[in-house]
Amino acid sequence: MNRIDATFARLKQQQTRGLIAYITAGDPSPDRTVELILALEAGGADLIELGVPFSDPIADGPVIQKAGERALRAGTTVAKILDMIRELRRSSEIALIVFSYLNPILRYGFERFAKDAAQAGADGALLTDLNVEEAGPYLEQMRKYSLHPVFLVSQTTPPDRLRVLSQSSAGFVYLVSRAGVTGERDRVSDQAVRLIEKARRVTDLPLAVGFGLSRPEHMRALAPYADGVVVGSAFMRVVEQNLQAPDLADKMRDLAAALKAGLKVSE
Amino acid sequence: MATTTAALPDALGHFGPYGGRYVPEILVAPLDQLEAAYRQAQADPAFQAELDDLSQRFAGRPTPLYHAKRLSRHLGGADIYLKREDLLHTGAHKINNCLGQGLLVSRMGKKRIIAETGAGQHGVATAAACALFGFECIVYMGEEDMRRQSPNVFRMRLMGAEVVGVDAGSRTLKDAISEAMRDWVANFETTHYLLGSALGPHPYPMMVRDFHAVIGREARQQFQELTGGLPDILLACVGGGSNSIGLFHRFLGDESVKMVGVEAGGRGQALGDHAARFSGGSPGVLHGTYSYLLQDDDGQIALTHSVSAGLDYATVGPEHSWLHDQGRAEYVSCSDEDAVEAVKLLSRMEGIIPALESAHAVAEAVRRAPAAKGQKFLVNLSGRGDKDIGIFRETLPDLG
Ligand SMILES: Cc1ncc(COP(=O)(O)O)c(C=O)c1O
Repeated sequence: MNRIDATFARLKQQQTRGLIAYITAGDPSPDRTVELILALEAGGADLIELGVPFSDPIADGPVIQKAGERALRAGTTVAKILDMIRELRRSSEIALIVFSYLNPILRYGFERFAKDAAQAGADGALLTDLNVEEAGPYLEQMRKYSLHPVFLVSQTTPPDRLRVLSQSSAGFVYLVSRAGVTGERDRVSDQAVRLIEKARRVTDLPLAVGFGLSRPEHMRALAPYADGVVVGSAFMRVVEQNLQAPDLADKMRDLAAALKAGLKVSE
Repeated sequence: MATTTAALPDALGHFGPYGGRYVPEILVAPLDQLEAAYRQAQADPAFQAELDDLSQRFAGRPTPLYHAKRLSRHLGGADIYLKREDLLHTGAHKINNCLGQGLLVSRMGKKRIIAETGAGQHGVATAAACALFGFECIVYMGEEDMRRQSPNVFRMRLMGAEVVGVDAGSRTLKDAISEAMRDWVANFETTHYLLGSALGPHPYPMMVRDFHAVIGREARQQFQELTGGLPDILLACVGGGSNSIGLFHRFLGDESVKMVGVEAGGRGQALGDHAARFSGGSPGVLHGTYSYLLQDDDGQIALTHSVSAGLDYATVGPEHSWLHDQGRAEYVSCSDEDAVEAVKLLSRMEGIIPALESAHAVAEAVRRAPAAKGQKFLVNLSGRGDKDIGIFRETLPDLG
């Protein structure tokens, strides 16, 4: 069974929601990433979105933009990221998807990527700027190597398109909770719950919500509705503020634990 | 082949394999809405009539076709004709597209406009259109471009636009587009993104081309009136590709007419030293479209260099990639140095100071003319050089 499916099945049994932690691979340096993922897992993260840094991240706010710049300066490439996943698999079975802009994956080659990512131990991928209309060749390779493709759905997505996006996804569907780029916000957008309800009517796949979510109270606000909550910029801000700190991993673990505590469902 | 090429793009915005739409999901619906509004306007004679009227009375169309006789005689070969888009209001062809999109937006009911600019010509044209239509105007511009095209920054501000400097990457056009897209992702409900070239996600490459196609329609008719025939070669500079596709489009069915696009050869052939996408790049995705792209082995977008801010960009409009692969148009590049030489030559021979962008097309005409006796070249003079005075001062210190 794909680790993503197993994870959502387990979460259901445990009456808790999934903490999905995004981190930019290679920030602060490629040799730290596995350690940080293990720390997130120790803190309670259920699924990792491992971000491929890109030179022109048009959907990202300043925190993840800067994380990407640091990672690129440190020499991070798709091939090195797959090595990180291989190394991670020596000690962890946490579900993991590769999260990327299209061009680095296009350049690596869809077939080569799907084959190498599956062999390395990834469970799926999400390509932010690959629209479903253009995704045929990608989906073919993902299926061939039993990787889960995940698509984004937004507040502007009409119901018939939402159906196509969820049918093209496997493992879960990622709902973008608000307009705008990634980055921490004070409040959960009103759109978020409405979007979850809209998606429930169309698909039985688990639903993850992300964008702008960073605090335990955001987790508590969404736990009654979502199957998983994605947090990215808050983790990358911890990295940014602790680039040289010896206890960076501990801080990542502590933030994951604080967020995860907000995701228990009390019934 | 020529007629099918003219009928592109397909329903999803493809020119052969190129073009399409590669954007954050949240922008799909706004792009659909834009496309629907555009198709409706296109089918409405009142829209075209209003645009024609503005193009004439506000922007100064039709622009002249001018036979550059002294330059032609000096080169001793081909006869060179200039399509004088430099005489348009705001100083470049860019106003054609800004009036078109501005009129469209006034129908769509949005009141806030964002745009990117490289050379500042698109920013100035956008600022003018926003003043004309009464829109709020925000222009993103790389800080390096703000420095080297400072007169245009001032002009935009004078017309009420807010110019936002972008301090990322090479602080040029690519980074300005990225920042404009980030704004749009957040504000699409109230905001129209007035993209300035024939690139980006569908429907922009088609729509921007259509608004500039007036260049080729006028030029073709003027050329026939003036010479009794068609030109042998069209030449235009290619940044994102709007002035060139605007000139080329009406001629695509004329099989005898060759087309040459001139990219920025910059200061050398190493990645990072030029913006010659066709000789130095390979297909990839940037800013919503699949097209020839300057990138490294890992799919990261390369930095670019050109003396001309308007050509200094890592990818190119997708229709050009298709014309390139089909062999319908040829793409060459011209160095910084040759472009500056062409500015000097045209200024002295004809009393016309071209923009550095347009000078790339002039330079290629100058290079080919001596060996082309009896041929007629039609060069798109996309803009005037007033904005470049600061750069000319740096590169031509002997003039004081
Ligand atoms: C005068 C002039 N010509 C050409 C260009 C290049 O753009 P495009 O290739 O879209 O015509 C610019 C862009 O700023 C310009 O200002």
